[in-house]
Amino acid sequence: MQSWGAVMPLPINLSRRGILKGTGALVLGAHLPCLIGTSPAGASPTVEVINAWLRISAETVTVMVACAEMGQGVFTALPMLVAEELRIDWRSVRAEAAPFDPVYGNPLLGAMRTGGSISVRGFFLPLRRAGAAARLMLMAAAARVWRVPISELSAEDGTVSHAATERHASYGALARLAMRQRVPLDPKLREPGDWSLIGKPLPRLDIPVKVTGQAQFGIDVRLPDMLYAAIRHCPVFGGTLGTVDESAVRTRITPAYQPGIIAVVPFKSAVAVVAETWWQAHSAVAKLALTWNEGNAAGLNSAAIDATMVGALDVKTSGRIAIVVSRGEVDQVLKTATTVIEAVYRQPFLAHATPEPMTCTASVTAQGCELWLPTQDPSHYVKILPSLLGIRPERITVNTTFLGGGFGRRLESDFGLEAVLLSRAVGRPVQLIWSREEDIRHDFYRPISINRATVGLDGRGRIVGWRHRIVAPSILGRVRPALVRDGLDPSAIDGINDQPYDFPALHFDYVRQDVGVPVGFWRSIAHGSNAFAVESMIDEAAGATGRDPYHFRRELLARAPRALRVLEMAAEKAGWDKPPAEIPGARCGRGIALHEGFDSIVAEVVEIAVFADGRLKVGRVVGVIDCGLVINPDIVRAQMEGAIIFALSAAIYGKITIEKGRVVESNYHDVKMLTLADTPSIEIHLIDSNGAPGGVGEAGVPPLAPALTNAIFAATGRRLRTLPVADHDLRVIP
Amino acid sequence: MVTLKVNGKPIEVNAALDTPLLWLLRDYLQLTATKFGCGAGHCGVCSVMVNDTLVRSCTVTLSSLDNAEVVTLEGLESDPVVSLITAAWIAEQVPQCGYCAPGMIMATTALLRRTPHPNDIEIDNAITNLCRCGSYPRVRKAIHRAAAAAP
Repeated sequence: MQSWGAVMPLPINLSRRGILKGTGALVLGAHLPCLIGTSPAGASPTVEVINAWLRISAETVTVMVACAEMGQGVFTALPMLVAEELRIDWRSVRAEAAPFDPVYGNPLLGAMRTGGSISVRGFFLPLRRAGAAARLMLMAAAARVWRVPISELSAEDGTVSHAATERHASYGALARLAMRQRVPLDPKLREPGDWSLIGKPLPRLDIPVKVTGQAQFGIDVRLPDMLYAAIRHCPVFGGTLGTVDESAVRTRITPAYQPGIIAVVPFKSAVAVVAETWWQAHSAVAKLALTWNEGNAAGLNSAAIDATMVGALDVKTSGRIAIVVSRGEVDQVLKTATTVIEAVYRQPFLAHATPEPMTCTASVTAQGCELWLPTQDPSHYVKILPSLLGIRPERITVNTTFLGGGFGRRLESDFGLEAVLLSRAVGRPVQLIWSREEDIRHDFYRPISINRATVGLDGRGRIVGWRHRIVAPSILGRVRPALVRDGLDPSAIDGINDQPYDFPALHFDYVRQDVGVPVGFWRSIAHGSNAFAVESMIDEAAGATGRDPYHFRRELLARAPRALRVLEMAAEKAGWDKPPAEIPGARCGRGIALHEGFDSIVAEVVEIAVFADGRLKVGRVVGVIDCGLVINPDIVRAQMEGAIIFALSAAIYGKITIEKGRVVESNYHDVKMLTLADTPSIEIHLIDSNGAPGGVGEAGVPPLAPALTNAIFAATGRRLRTLPVADHDLRVIP
Repeated sequence: MVTLKVNGKPIEVNAALDTPLLWLLRDYLQLTATKFGCGAGHCGVCSVMVNDTLVRSCTVTLSSLDNAEVVTLEGLESDPVVSLITAAWIAEQVPQCGYCAPGMIMATTALLRRTPHPNDIEIDNAITNLCRCGSYPRVRKAIHRAAAAAP
């Protein structure tokens, strides 16, 4: 054991600090969410921990995954990185959710958090180093046993071999001794040409348990003595709980609660019922007679919010304006331009609508606090619970289950803290599940935004100047105010400050306009809203001088070869040089858009038809991504397909409406999304690249909405500058 | 007291008659493959069979279940149609987050029992479950694959 304590001045990746907690979870026999696969019968129960990332048993190698698996494939992509360097048969690899420990922080985020499409980018090097270090430790163990120099050993397919003496030992047999070997600080990594796993479409490790129903999501956690809770939040943003009349949930004869009801727990702006089953809790909380102190937001509605946003378009007070990027004399250029066009693009609040509603299971005891939940940010609980509960951080255990969708919603901790307070209130483990209505009405919405673009063209139809204003509420202003400097929320300008297009003169600024509705991270956030404005305006600029939108973009990308290649492949695969397919009785069109973000570049071509009755059919989407080096091409394809469908739902249907300080929408009847029948044919192409890995989970979202509205324009001549599409009547105007 | 069969086992339930089947399965019987999504019959993650008919269990209350035969995904482990479907789901790498998968597989089971070789329109009409991750193209491929594999 003493060698474990050896001080290793290592970066996050190879330290053994995470080991104790990791094995602790096993020893305690607590629920191990997301344990993938089981040991084959007869396998040795001995499990050895090589470093924080690995557990090696006789038959399997389990990789601890520090990122939340919410569908994006980290439970496969990250273990592939370890397995590549460890040189093991993929069939012996298992994945397991790492419990919270600082050792598992993503180096690019500085915390154990999953967001920003940054899992592979953050762990690409550390996990390969962990695998390579473990392999060297296994070889060092064999060298010691066999008394041979390590240089005479090889280690492949889970076996260390000494060719000269024909001796072989499995990794499992060497694991215990390997743990006592020195951790190599800078293990040599395999050359890309030698890779046997990276780049292969290996089957996902999490799928077998997901198709049998055995996968444990947050709402599937079951603990002894556990109770269930349902909650009702003040319908008005910022309002508080007034009075609670419990008589509807109490018996008539005595003041006791009705059968199954354990407690009614008031919060500052909500009330929860804890019961023996969730339905009892849910029925009871609905029956409570409540009053709310609605507060100032009660007068808020979508029309007033829109007026406030529009007003900010003309703000001239320098203190409110944050300059994003400014090059050349835009105002002068616009004065002398041959043609100037201006347009305003509006995008609504959007809900996440994760398929699994907000949920957390908490157990607060005298010994500490343990959580089981689908979260993208376990680190936040360890940060805030010590002061809330008056306990030391070591007493807090956060277990991340599978996430039934995330999309940024589970970066927030609101529902988790409620579960903690409920468990503390009743002294038993409590599983809180929000109803779908609570989920839709108490989200942290994708920010509403207004973009205004003013573009000047010269006599040959080239863009010579671009002035642009973004008006949007600030996410970081709420969650990380220190990151907002000089009025600039970096998350609000994503994708606009580093576009691949070449404009001779430009001036982009941002006006923060908070409107009293909570906003948060939503798959691709401002990349999506800004791409809609920019890629719509580029089409408008092309159209202003009768240019083809694809060839117009090609010229703007003359100095961006990587983006140009993506655009050209999308056009080629979509057959841009041929007219789109005709459908009798329908107006057909095709649109293209490109966006760079998350260190990846995506172009999408959308083909649509609009029928005489106004019905829109999206027939085909071609997507091309350059995400640098591809770890698992099938996962990249799945993420692109999913991003396109997710973005289609948002562009066609997505909006959240505010009336009297409340959200109008409540469930899937008015938060609509694509169904299988609506899904177009989707073709995904990957650019072959040896560049550094880029993000994949979000990159496919931004170009879709502008490609769609560009296609609608091509088909109908109608330029939709306000989303969603479903708010527009696309019938032929007689 | 309501008497019914769940996955072949006789069950007697003493609970409020307005309790949806979903919560009977999840909270009383610990059958958690059946998920909660919307509580209003929109999304289909709670799909199960009642008397061989596909239903969304959040909309079926205990009061209507006397003598009913309920089958969940857990009860179909050795069902030949379900085995083909799950194999196709793995072959096509369908799930992303996977939350909708049990309900999708139940809906597909009902479809293939009725229509062993469905065309695309029949698939469109039968599979109305929501998938927020957008696995639909792979769902369609997997249904065709399962149908093609059927004897």
